[in-house]
Amino acid sequence: MEIFELTILMLDATFRVATPLILAALAGMYSERAGIVDIGLEGKMLGAAFAAAAVATVTGSAWLGLLAGIAASLALSSLHAYACVTHKGNQVVSGMAINIVVAGLTPTLGFAWFKLGGRTPALTGDERFSGITLPFADALSNVPIFGYIYAELISGHNIIVYMAAAAVPIFAYILYRTRFGLRVRAVGENPHAVDTAGISVEIMRYKALAVTGFLCGIAGSYLSTAHGAGFIRDMTAGKGYLALAALIFGKWKPVPTMFACLLFAFTDAVQVRLQGVDLPIIGVIPVQFIQALPYILTVLLLAGFVGKANPPKAIGEPYIKEK
Amino acid sequence: MSETKSKFGAPSKVPAWVNLGLIPLINLLAAFLISGIVILIVGDNPLKALEVLIYGAFGYPEAIGYTLYYTTNFIFTGLAVAIAFHCGLFNIGAEGQAFIGGLGVGIAALYFDFLPMWAVIPLAVMSGAIFGAGWAYVPAYLQAKRGSHIVITTIMFNFIAFSVMNYLLVEVMINPDAGGSPETREFAEHIWLAHAPDFTGMADSPLNFSFIFALLLSGAFYYFLWHTRWGYEIRVVGQNETAAKYAGISPSKNIILAMVISGGLAGFVAVNELLGVHHRVLMDFTGGYGFVGIAVALMGRNHPVGIFMAALLFGAIYQGGTELSFEMTSINKEMVIVIQGLIILFSGALENMFRPKIENLFKKRQSLSQTEA
Amino acid sequence: MTTNAPALELRRVNKWFGAVHANKDISLSVGRGTIHGIIGENGAGKSTLMSIVYGFYQADEGEIFVNGNPCHIDNPQASIKAGIGMVHQHFMLVDTFTVLENIILGVEGGNRLAGGIRKAREELQRLEREYTLEVDVDALVGDLPVGIRQRVEILKALYRGAEILILDEPTGVLTPQEADHLFRILNTLRDQGKTVILITHKLREIMAITDTVSVMRRGEMVAHVPTRDTDREKLAELMVGRSVLLRVEKEEAKPGAELMTIEDLNFIDADGVSRLKNIGITLKAGEILGIAGVSGNGQSELLEVLGGVIPPTSGSIKYKGEELVGSSKFNARNLRKIGLGHVPEDRHKAGLILSFSANENTALGYHDLPMFNKGTTLDRAQMLSTCEAYIEKFDVRPPDATLKASGFSGGNQQKLVLAREMEQDPDVLLVGQPTRGVDIGAIEFIHKQLIHMRDQGKAILVVSVEIDEVMSLADRIAVMFDGKIVGELAAKDATEQKLGLMMAGISDQEQAAPIPDNEALV
Repeated sequence: MEIFELTILMLDATFRVATPLILAALAGMYSERAGIVDIGLEGKMLGAAFAAAAVATVTGSAWLGLLAGIAASLALSSLHAYACVTHKGNQVVSGMAINIVVAGLTPTLGFAWFKLGGRTPALTGDERFSGITLPFADALSNVPIFGYIYAELISGHNIIVYMAAAAVPIFAYILYRTRFGLRVRAVGENPHAVDTAGISVEIMRYKALAVTGFLCGIAGSYLSTAHGAGFIRDMTAGKGYLALAALIFGKWKPVPTMFACLLFAFTDAVQVRLQGVDLPIIGVIPVQFIQALPYILTVLLLAGFVGKANPPKAIGEPYIKEK
Repeated sequence: MSETKSKFGAPSKVPAWVNLGLIPLINLLAAFLISGIVILIVGDNPLKALEVLIYGAFGYPEAIGYTLYYTTNFIFTGLAVAIAFHCGLFNIGAEGQAFIGGLGVGIAALYFDFLPMWAVIPLAVMSGAIFGAGWAYVPAYLQAKRGSHIVITTIMFNFIAFSVMNYLLVEVMINPDAGGSPETREFAEHIWLAHAPDFTGMADSPLNFSFIFALLLSGAFYYFLWHTRWGYEIRVVGQNETAAKYAGISPSKNIILAMVISGGLAGFVAVNELLGVHHRVLMDFTGGYGFVGIAVALMGRNHPVGIFMAALLFGAIYQGGTELSFEMTSINKEMVIVIQGLIILFSGALENMFRPKIENLFKKRQSLSQTEA
Repeated sequence: MTTNAPALELRRVNKWFGAVHANKDISLSVGRGTIHGIIGENGAGKSTLMSIVYGFYQADEGEIFVNGNPCHIDNPQASIKAGIGMVHQHFMLVDTFTVLENIILGVEGGNRLAGGIRKAREELQRLEREYTLEVDVDALVGDLPVGIRQRVEILKALYRGAEILILDEPTGVLTPQEADHLFRILNTLRDQGKTVILITHKLREIMAITDTVSVMRRGEMVAHVPTRDTDREKLAELMVGRSVLLRVEKEEAKPGAELMTIEDLNFIDADGVSRLKNIGITLKAGEILGIAGVSGNGQSELLEVLGGVIPPTSGSIKYKGEELVGSSKFNARNLRKIGLGHVPEDRHKAGLILSFSANENTALGYHDLPMFNKGTTLDRAQMLSTCEAYIEKFDVRPPDATLKASGFSGGNQQKLVLAREMEQDPDVLLVGQPTRGVDIGAIEFIHKQLIHMRDQGKAILVVSVEIDEVMSLADRIAVMFDGKIVGELAAKDATEQKLGLMMAGISDQEQAAPIPDNEALV
């Protein structure tokens, strides 16, 4: 039974860590399926995390914070679109620039506004999203196994965790079963076909990047107002890049990407558990190895040692009409 | 890098000073303008800040020493990113390559310090380059032979480098007397690189022999790329892989060569930082120099002269920016990162924002003067 | 709306690209229910004009009328609304989508796809019946052969309610037989009252199918004539502006020793597709061997293998009696050193570095020859003087060896490549598409140079998708289809019809035999 409980605990941690990854990876999926490389997921999340925490602490409302986080992230993704779509700039450079600007700007503004060395004040009460106990969770908690799973694993998360869970089917549906999704996919594979069909490539890419901004905004807000309690500098700590890795690992498809996020989050939970534990035969596994594991796996995938990843055909190329 | 596609073959006939001087300057001004607005928002005086920044960077000999010391790092990473660009590759991994280069420098300096100075310093320099090159080799190999996109693999390798170094410094190479901080013991004193001589007034700054080394490398870089057949091959592959194949130039060989040189150049950051300044291996000595190298290469148009100018600019911003956080009440040292990011934004991602307008302006003037003549 | 108004009318349309006046004062009138040809050389401005009609570019001056009504067309959407459909030279299809998804793209009929797809399926069945355009609508476009993809493009336009259908060089990728099938489809369309505009540079097509023809030359419209009142020679003269020799003047070839013998050559690409199947050909000194075929039937791979760009999967290539396959010499660089020049099919993609100066391009592939090096240093002065010599000999304009390759016109770029490969005095020269996208003056020059080289006792392999070019240049002609050499014949025995059938995979012998099922041909 102890192993069972431990597993539930680790899965619980996995969900919490996976939430921002899933949201950010879905965000990246819309950008990249539309043909725009987005290594700026990190910056968008960080910007959203700061905006959400700052507004939540000033207004006292986590929801207003979330709105502010989304707005900040949308602004950054519009900037990315402005550089890459309108001015056909290099997409990698643009993403990089956004990451660096935000990494500098958030502590700069935080320092100036809150005088806490770049942090925002700790959020309490309604300033952050707290856990929701699902109906009957308490009543069912004594039912063995399923009741326990329901109460301990399914129930008790904050609203954004459930949002992330819902986001996977919703945004997969939009991508594969709607007009908007069809056009997003088309514009990432052959923008010329889209253009000659009388659809503006630029507007489509702006729209796709708006979805990216929206989802990244939620992901970032989660970090500072749900998972954490306030903004700390560089609090994304590479999660944007990890989400990007998950997106590639999931071959730019929603459900495999979600599983990649869960896998990466699970390695994180494992790493916390295994810190300093002397395993039989293997001995102590260095935490650093487990930390690096998602990146190593992604490299192995890209190298074609675990399956093959086919990126959207037009990715990274600015659309130039005459061809 | 987006290549300029002029369908009807009309070459751009804009004067070189516009292309290499005016346009970068305008991009830079735009970046400074936005930075100024940020400073206004946080409640300080941007002009005062600029003054402090310039004084802090160039106002007195020690400041210049610091500026040139930072410049040294940016020359290394700028050249590193640039040679990859010349081969059509985007090396985001200079940061990780520099970090691993530190391991090479450290191993030579820690375990071969029984050798005399004339042997151990070159050994450490070589070892730094080889380790940096080795770290670049894997993504390069995967790109060349298996088509794995190098932007993504080098990003991943940055994280893996961090984990490797973190492990080694925490578990293996740690100096038990350092109070638990993850760093090695100090190198033997004869391995320390010479600092600027006293008469320059920069002796107290971290400026060291690496700066001269960086300048020499810049010259070698120019010679190699434009005046040897190997450089020619790299540039051919970077511009047109198919044409390279038809000319019997192996893209994969050159991709690997360019990246290995790139990683080696990035590894020299460790020479400046570890042999020149810290005299031990420690975490995070790379300080984002690898990323800024991208901006340096972009601004410097991948040419060593341009790279030197851009490196000097970023060196000045680094040094002056540090001063800024001491002098100004509401500005902290992250303001420097904002300015850097904005420069990358305007001179890199938004390079096409002002360029066509300015070029048109000059083309029009030219055609006018032609009709007059 | 007046019923007698032309389906499409252009009045004084002008378009500039920078300093280039691509369309000068173009006026055009296309009658309803006709097939109207627009013919002109590459670069004459045909595609630009049609891109303006399709709303891809905007005219700087001029008016467009559809059915007599003035139309402001500033994007493809407006053009589609006006009832204009376009089949582009390069298909505008998404390979990873099904035919259905491709067809509804842009006219999905609602936010959710399911309904639109159901409706489209029914409508397409009707269109397919009406115009005999059978296509499996659930197939992935990437899996379809080019001929079928073209039908998808036509269906796409019809589904959008096109009354005027513009086809831009539609037969470039088709066999003559496939092209004939296309023409039957176009005839059906006309019979159903649609208007068809056919853009081409091939006289054969104009004569075969159009009712009226307009001729463009250097951005200008130089003639409108009913097709039955003209002939190929007249049209050719109008296109070029002077009478042209469609044939190259040359002496009878005097074939000498076999310089290159290729036997049983096979190449299987990375996707496992067999691109070359048991190829056997010989190149003789003093002779030009022409390879004809519809593009995409293995000619490119043959050139790449022979040029040492890619290694063959199996087979033998003997050069002056020495086996090259498996030898360390077998790569593009070393082959050049032992006397095998290679002018690639696509000068932009493979022949030049457009961003390099002309003189740097002069050394491409020869950059490690002693003549261009002094020790470890590249001899840039030598590169410059060599290039200047080439420029003079090949009359390249402008005569500036420091100009970027992108600054030269297509013909002059081609001359730069030819000069580089011919002036190193190879014994065997491989030439892919010697005059693609080259103006008439340069074509003559290039053909003369090749003949001259032949007469000096060199072996030349010319691969071209232009039947005319192969027939006029080559002494022997081999035809490729589906990776195989279908047959080989002397140029004097070749007719367009014979070659056409061979290009569809029917060998000379099979042509002689009675054909049981006529449908097999179409």
